Amino acid sequence: MKILLSWLNTFAEFADPSDDDAVASVAADLTSLGLAVEEAVPLGHGVEGVVSARVLRVETHPDAAKVRRVWVDAGDGAERHVWCGASNMSEGDLVPLATLGTAMPDGRLIERRGILGIDSEGMLCSGAELGVDDDGSGILLLDPAAGPGQPYTAVLGLEPDVLFDLDVTRNRPDCWSHLGVARDLAGRRGLALRPIPEGARRGGAERSVPVELVAGDRCGRFTTTVLSGVTVTQSPAWMRRRLASAGMRSINNVVDVSNMVMLELGQPNHAYDLDRLGGGALRVRLAADGESFVTLDGVERTLGGSDLLICDGDDRPVGLGGVMGGLDSEISEATTTVALETAWFSPRGVMETAARYSLRSEASARYERGVDPYVIDRSIDRFVELLSESCPDLVVHPGTVDVRSDHLPAPRRETSLRLSVLDRVLGVTLGAERVTEMLKPIGFEAAGSEPELTVAIPSWRPDASEEIDIVEEVARLHGYENLGRTVPRADVFGHLTRAQQRRRLAREVLVGLGISEAMPNPFLAPGDLARAGLEGDYLSITNPLAVEESALRTSLRPGLLAALAYNESHRREGVSLFEIGHVYPPAEAELPAEAEVLGVVLAGQEAPAAVAVWDEICAALGVGAQLDQSTPGPGMHPTRSATLRAGRDELGVVGEIHPTVLSEFGVSERVAVLEVRLDVLLERGERVSSASPVPRTPSSDLDLAFVLDDTVPAERLTKALRQAAASRLVSLQLFDVFRGESLGSGRRSLAYRLRLQDPGGSLTDADISEIRDACAAGAERVGASLRTS
Amino acid sequence: MTPEIDEAREAALSAIGHADTVADLERVVAEHLGKRGALAGLKKGLGAIDDADARRAAGAAMHASRTALEEAIEARRGELGGVETELRIAEEQLDLTEFRSDGSRGHLHIVTQAWQRLEDVFLGLGFSVAEGPEVETDWHNFEALNMGEGHPARGEFDTLFVDHVPPGGRLGTTLLRTHTSPVQIRTMLTQEPPIYVVAPGRVFRRDTPDATHMPVFHQIEGLVVDRGISMTDLAGTIEAFTKAFFGAGFTSRLRPSYFPFTEPSAEFDIQRPDGSWLELGGCGMVHPAVIRAGGLDPDEWSGFAFGFGIDRMAVMRHGVADIRDMYVNDIRFIEQF
Repeated sequence: MKILLSWLNTFAEFADPSDDDAVASVAADLTSLGLAVEEAVPLGHGVEGVVSARVLRVETHPDAAKVRRVWVDAGDGAERHVWCGASNMSEGDLVPLATLGTAMPDGRLIERRGILGIDSEGMLCSGAELGVDDDGSGILLLDPAAGPGQPYTAVLGLEPDVLFDLDVTRNRPDCWSHLGVARDLAGRRGLALRPIPEGARRGGAERSVPVELVAGDRCGRFTTTVLSGVTVTQSPAWMRRRLASAGMRSINNVVDVSNMVMLELGQPNHAYDLDRLGGGALRVRLAADGESFVTLDGVERTLGGSDLLICDGDDRPVGLGGVMGGLDSEISEATTTVALETAWFSPRGVMETAARYSLRSEASARYERGVDPYVIDRSIDRFVELLSESCPDLVVHPGTVDVRSDHLPAPRRETSLRLSVLDRVLGVTLGAERVTEMLKPIGFEAAGSEPELTVAIPSWRPDASEEIDIVEEVARLHGYENLGRTVPRADVFGHLTRAQQRRRLAREVLVGLGISEAMPNPFLAPGDLARAGLEGDYLSITNPLAVEESALRTSLRPGLLAALAYNESHRREGVSLFEIGHVYPPAEAELPAEAEVLGVVLAGQEAPAAVAVWDEICAALGVGAQLDQSTPGPGMHPTRSATLRAGRDELGVVGEIHPTVLSEFGVSERVAVLEVRLDVLLERGERVSSASPVPRTPSSDLDLAFVLDDTVPAERLTKALRQAAASRLVSLQLFDVFRGESLGSGRRSLAYRLRLQDPGGSLTDADISEIRDACAAGAERVGASLRTS
Repeated sequence: MTPEIDEAREAALSAIGHADTVADLERVVAEHLGKRGALAGLKKGLGAIDDADARRAAGAAMHASRTALEEAIEARRGELGGVETELRIAEEQLDLTEFRSDGSRGHLHIVTQAWQRLEDVFLGLGFSVAEGPEVETDWHNFEALNMGEGHPARGEFDTLFVDHVPPGGRLGTTLLRTHTSPVQIRTMLTQEPPIYVVAPGRVFRRDTPDATHMPVFHQIEGLVVDRGISMTDLAGTIEAFTKAFFGAGFTSRLRPSYFPFTEPSAEFDIQRPDGSWLELGGCGMVHPAVIRAGGLDPDEWSGFAFGFGIDRMAVMRHGVADIRDMYVNDIRFIEQF
């Protein structure tokens, strides 16, 4: 919201715009009130060294056809010569002259510079060069009556001002006006607002524009006032300047006054040319489905049954209620009689219509936040007062029509305020008297005493309705910076849960293995999962930014493979990445079956590398799983992957990515992969290991080699050996795998070293022989035969 | 027999003195003191001496010789061992600078690093860490946070909706959480006060990516619910966090703002040691309606909440020019941190 300091000063004397300290203090107060000053732009200070100068004569030079030679008098009687690229000035004109040494806003320094050996003693300026307007087409022509030698700002009537750009939060619709900001600021500074001027005097015959309010649930109040004796002309200079400073273009006196009232009091309003208003009446109704209407911006819009229309007496639409007027009944140069509409529309209806057509106007922005339904009368008076300046014959006719519906908010709403709640929430004790005093200037009237006050809420604060809203007002006026600082003392201590600690551990293990963390986008293109070999249902975003980012992943693999492809295409092969992230498979439940997954991809590495990562994770987290190679899992290399099973649970997959999937993703290297349900792993594992005594008896090593078909997983043999050696096994290591012609094809030799120990005593040769026989028998049962050397 | 013993001893001592490797010495030991050595042979002859005195004298000489030889062997072994160790040490010389590498350790994502640093600071301030789902119900994300259907503030969140339909429910009520605040509700519904938690997590907005925005980013949320919690506790906690996370030279301020789920609401700004301000996040006293949605009585329990972006912490700490760089997964970027 753009707020001019000079405009605020019309409500109370806040600060001299040329006093930097005073301006800074106003800005600090505004920010402290919750009206954050994003920018404070000084205006109208002018460019030092630019003075009015009289054009004495204008000549051309035969060798410099594109420029003029201009002789000017800058008020000191001396004749100065300047070269000038523009040609819109002639003898007798008064123009701005930037004298030698002037620093222009664009950074140029005006120096004595010559063309054809003839010096220029300054520069004539355009409006754009001085920042006065956006006209750079010619030299700015000043009022010739003013005379030479004066600062151009004085000739133009420019005064120092400051434009504050305020970040007004959604709960403060009242501050979408200078009045609202002034009210808050005056409250904080203990200043009284100037009294509201007396209402406009009505005259002439009674004239009315009848209003039929059909859609009363969307419009709480609708008023019309007839003004005659209107002359459509240019607004007075001060008004044009003020609008321009506030960032609004001047159109004509009627439109400008309409905007002035809105910016000053926050009340949007609309002026119709009464002579062009069909039937001389207005009708407020919902649009018919498919009804079309051309808005003021020239766009024909097809409306729906929940859009509010303002129609003329012939039921032809003339405005989209609270959003934008129409083209037909606009003010023109021929207008002499105006029907002024000031109304209150329901915020939600305006918001929905504005959003539906992406049609946001100054009016809709205010209505959708909530306009004060009772500033209408003051707005009509102010409209008349301002228009009278340019229309001396203006007549305000008695006969204002003021139609209201049940949906008009009450002028006065009340809530109670328990002082104990106020004290508890704010942590300070203020007392009934102090609170009452603080609230008064901003229109909240508190009555009563300890322990509870009754507070009347002003009509311009639709955001406030309950106790906590009043607490917030008090906090704001007191100043957040004046609240103390304490730290709550409770019998709690901060800690990570076991799962959170283990998640950090998993990350440390992975990083320790040389794997780096990636964060791919969880949104995939619709075909990405299928390309990864992962058919099946997935959820989609119904309103995605782009279709390529609309599918919710059910696996981390597509994102990680894309990351590998990216790195490979940038000459980084052999990249190892992991991700810990969520997947969102569909489920018949309140929410999808969201789960936390760990994904690891090792480019240029083979399946055993992924198994090694899995084993490290298992060792760190104290978990485990069977490698079931009979069901390798979709998208996985069929002969080099396994499903990870723990009991009946499927934890994930380990192995290599299917070659077809790799080529789909444009990865040319092999990729070892691990994808596992991390959330499940984090909850598993032994919580506290209990100590067992370290055996002091000697240990013996037993090396055994077996021949086993390739179809039987080594893990089955390992398990059989563990069972056979039972309690006397300390450790078991598969230290050699050998395939060779001597064994026959489809078979391999697996060599194990068993370290054996009997906690109760030394193992005898007979004991070891017995274990060896048991191992051979156990191996036999899984199809492995002991090799005898 | 004593002269023979002396002779054998002298021969052995000479051999020991001439052994010039440990292996050589061991061979000498075996030769002279072993079962087939001269001394062993003489020892066998001791029993054949008839004269008791002579036998005793020979036995004593034998013992003295053995002792002398063992001492000589130990001494020689020590000398030779030292020399050999020195030789070996000389041979084993390595230039360790030939073996330098950049280390093979992987790198945590800088967002994770910022996330964990923030967690650690809040753990130190007595907070625990709460978590919640990324796909959320409309109720948890909006309604319970005092933003009922049609609430204008909903429009500001640019929500992404998911086509999941809960049993008996309808389309359009499942969404990707737009903030971590639903964790407030889930925590209040499952945990008895006092509650002191932070909830870091991934959040989603329908925002076109640019240098400072991503549709997928990370926030950390704080929630305190206890008896008698006031706004001064909020201000004090924010200040404690500011000093703990940014450093002792930093300070904070609260200024009024608006969020539907807190009242009074505030923005909190951090002042750097050079006096400049940084807008960090939003905070406020938990709105009574939100406390009620969490199944608690606002007349008994009060609290405060705060939240801010994690990504921005990473961007600021490492001087990342474009936030999108963090999500390209270019190893050349990841390896820098």
